[in-house]
Amino acid sequence: MLSHGMKQTGSISVHHLQGVIFAVLNPWVAIGILLLLAFFATYMTALSWADLTYVLPATSLGYVLLALVARFVLHEHVSPMRWLGIALITGGVGFVAGGPSLTEHSHAKGDEPLQEARAIADAAKSPLLAKDARNGAPTGVQS
Amino acid sequence: MKALYTWGAILAIVFASVVGDVLLARAMRQVGDVGALRRRSGLGVVIARTLGNPYFLFGVMAMAVAFFSLLFALSWGDVSLVAPAAASLTFIGNAVAAKIFLHEKVDRRRWIAASLVAAGVALLAG
Repeated sequence: MLSHGMKQTGSISVHHLQGVIFAVLNPWVAIGILLLLAFFATYMTALSWADLTYVLPATSLGYVLLALVARFVLHEHVSPMRWLGIALITGGVGFVAGGPSLTEHSHAKGDEPLQEARAIADAAKSPLLAKDARNGAPTGVQS
Repeated sequence: MKALYTWGAILAIVFASVVGDVLLARAMRQVGDVGALRRRSGLGVVIARTLGNPYFLFGVMAMAVAFFSLLFALSWGDVSLVAPAAASLTFIGNAVAAKIFLHEKVDRRRWIAASLVAAGVALLAG
């Protein structure tokens, strides 16, 4: 997933450099690196709270977000196969997030409920952060 | 012959990124609840403890290997094969590795989720 993030941010900055913005080389690269760091930090934070098999499918929502940005911000054509892919990913994430497995963390250490609740409240913030990080530079989509 | 190289590189990507993900997940399990730790001891301690964790260092190294394998694979094969194949196989490999090495409870729900996401990523990235 790190290489995915690298690829995402990397191709975003390269795309900007070549196609959209001509003069500002360094700012875009810097933003790319910052976004990559933000992605990595939120990813590691999520891993400290939940299982790998829980976090990974959830991060794949990034692909969906990417395709939606391509469709509605860049007005690119999204083929029916890709819509099917979006549906499959969304369904998969729904599967892992919904129902009883939401609280089922195999490494639960028996924290007191209050701490658990606080952690969940914080966890609710981090997906937003991750989304913002990805939304921050929505224009250069690899595809 | 080139197809063989490409698939070899794809397997290398999958292997390295699965190893990296498992190591990173183990590192963060050792570090513990980041939110609680930050409230207790501050952000600096969180960062220091994460960066100082040996699993974390090896995990990042494995991720770097995965990235360079990706470059190799892209030099031999098309991006329309390499990207979806590597991404979706990584999801399946991660589910297997998390069950074996992290002893996560990968129930049927999570298997289905991993398979659905892998199929979806293959369709999207292809």
